[in-house]
Amino acid sequence: MIDHVTPALSLVEFDGVSHSYGGPLVLDHVHLSVGEGSFLGIIGPSGSGKTTMLRLLLGKLQPSAGTVRRLPNMRMAYVPQIETVDWNFPITVAEVVLMASKGSWRRPRATAAERRSVSAVLEQLGLGGLEQRHIRDLSGGQQQRVFLARALHRQPQLLVLDEPTSGVDVRTRHEMVHLLSDLHQGGMSIVLTTHDINGLAAHLPLIACVNRRVVAVGTPRSVLTPEVLETTYGAPMEVLEHGGLLIVADSPAVTR
Amino acid sequence: MNFFEPFQFEFFRNGLAVSVLAGAICGLVGVFVVLRHLSYIGHGLSHSIFGGAAASAVLSVNFYIGAGLWGLLSALMIGRVARRGRIGSDAAIGVITTGSFALGLALSNMFGQAKRSIEAVLFGSVLGVSAIDVVAVAVVGIGAVAVIVTQYRPLLFATFDPEVADVSGVRVPRMEALLMMMLAATVLFTMQVVGVLLISALLVTPAVIARMLTNSFARMLFISPLIGSMCGLFGMVLSYHLDISPGATIILVASVLFVAVYAVTGRRGRSAVVGLVH
Repeated sequence: MIDHVTPALSLVEFDGVSHSYGGPLVLDHVHLSVGEGSFLGIIGPSGSGKTTMLRLLLGKLQPSAGTVRRLPNMRMAYVPQIETVDWNFPITVAEVVLMASKGSWRRPRATAAERRSVSAVLEQLGLGGLEQRHIRDLSGGQQQRVFLARALHRQPQLLVLDEPTSGVDVRTRHEMVHLLSDLHQGGMSIVLTTHDINGLAAHLPLIACVNRRVVAVGTPRSVLTPEVLETTYGAPMEVLEHGGLLIVADSPAVTR
Repeated sequence: MNFFEPFQFEFFRNGLAVSVLAGAICGLVGVFVVLRHLSYIGHGLSHSIFGGAAASAVLSVNFYIGAGLWGLLSALMIGRVARRGRIGSDAAIGVITTGSFALGLALSNMFGQAKRSIEAVLFGSVLGVSAIDVVAVAVVGIGAVAVIVTQYRPLLFATFDPEVADVSGVRVPRMEALLMMMLAATVLFTMQVVGVLLISALLVTPAVIARMLTNSFARMLFISPLIGSMCGLFGMVLSYHLDISPGATIILVASVLFVAVYAVTGRRGRSAVVGLVH
């Protein structure tokens, strides 16, 4: 491990966590701390255990060995990949956001306070006035933000996103990066997984490189190195710098 | 032809009341069935209940108790097997319910004395229902409405996005069990209207029509029962005047309505139901 950041207050802590689905270990003795105010991106190749880490973090899985500790009574909200959404489901933007409401949440009808709260969160994400639109009738960026709005409506301490820029266009990806940065600057703790090193991970303050174990944790400049990336992805990669930004590229030796 | 002529008969009034109620309940519960892509479950569960009905008839156990427990057990088993993820829900429905149906057939072959009641279960016997049957179906309807009103958002969340619902504190397995229980009760108490062989159409068709007419889940919960009850009403009256079996007429009315709405709503309606029925 090249770098390890130990925050003052841990929201979630992986302590020697291993996990298998009955076969070989998917995660092997993972130590990781997600502190209050963190903005952490988990990167790694397909099958590296990123999603398993996310599921363990959310409490959807129990580790085969080790412990996942969460801050007691912590509010978490989860934004799944939008590719998993059933876009034909008859549901409006307001209904999506309301379904995760914390208040008298079993009721069919929203209270006036809930309606105000939904409008406020939609307004915050630039979706004001779209309450009664069907989710299929929105642009890709708007669709992504509706599910972010549902998560934010729960007023979470920790926001967890699975591949938030997967399957979206460049403009939507830019919007998402800025939106998440604004939320983080507003004090929200965020953990996400991504395959998108250049478009998303390189812009985050903290990255964890994962391949069955945590290879490295640190700032993009400290972990986006050819050595760490080769250990993580099992293939040589080059890191270039352009205008102060790091750009990760496949090594010509591999792509030739 | 006097439209109101059949209303003078008590057997018709009871049958009409049960048909309208059954259409409304199936329409309501069918919304969840269709949106969960479980359209085949109504068909399977009714076949499974047939096994329970045959066993109840042979063992001289009350139909609702025997077939009800049998159906509930099948529904919970389907939910459990499907949730484990090793086999899909369609395969789980196929294996469990056809096994149960085969058992019912075997029992009726071995003990032929139950033949008459089994035929009533297969094809429905809406003109033979009593006032108590009407009350029983009404109670199931009130129960279904109560469950949906009191558990609206968890049910919606677990139907639309079970993974996130689970993380957000919704007890998804409990919601699924509740839905399966509601479905088993619905099939059990309403299949006397159209019978085992046609009940799945009453569960699926009004919900699919409602889906073509609205993009809102809440509105679908109003429109689908309304369509189901209208099919029950007009199906019963037409059945009397045309001298066709009530079950078949109710389903034909629903089918004609489906074709009409499908044609009128055009591409929007058609795209809304893509992938709903497998």
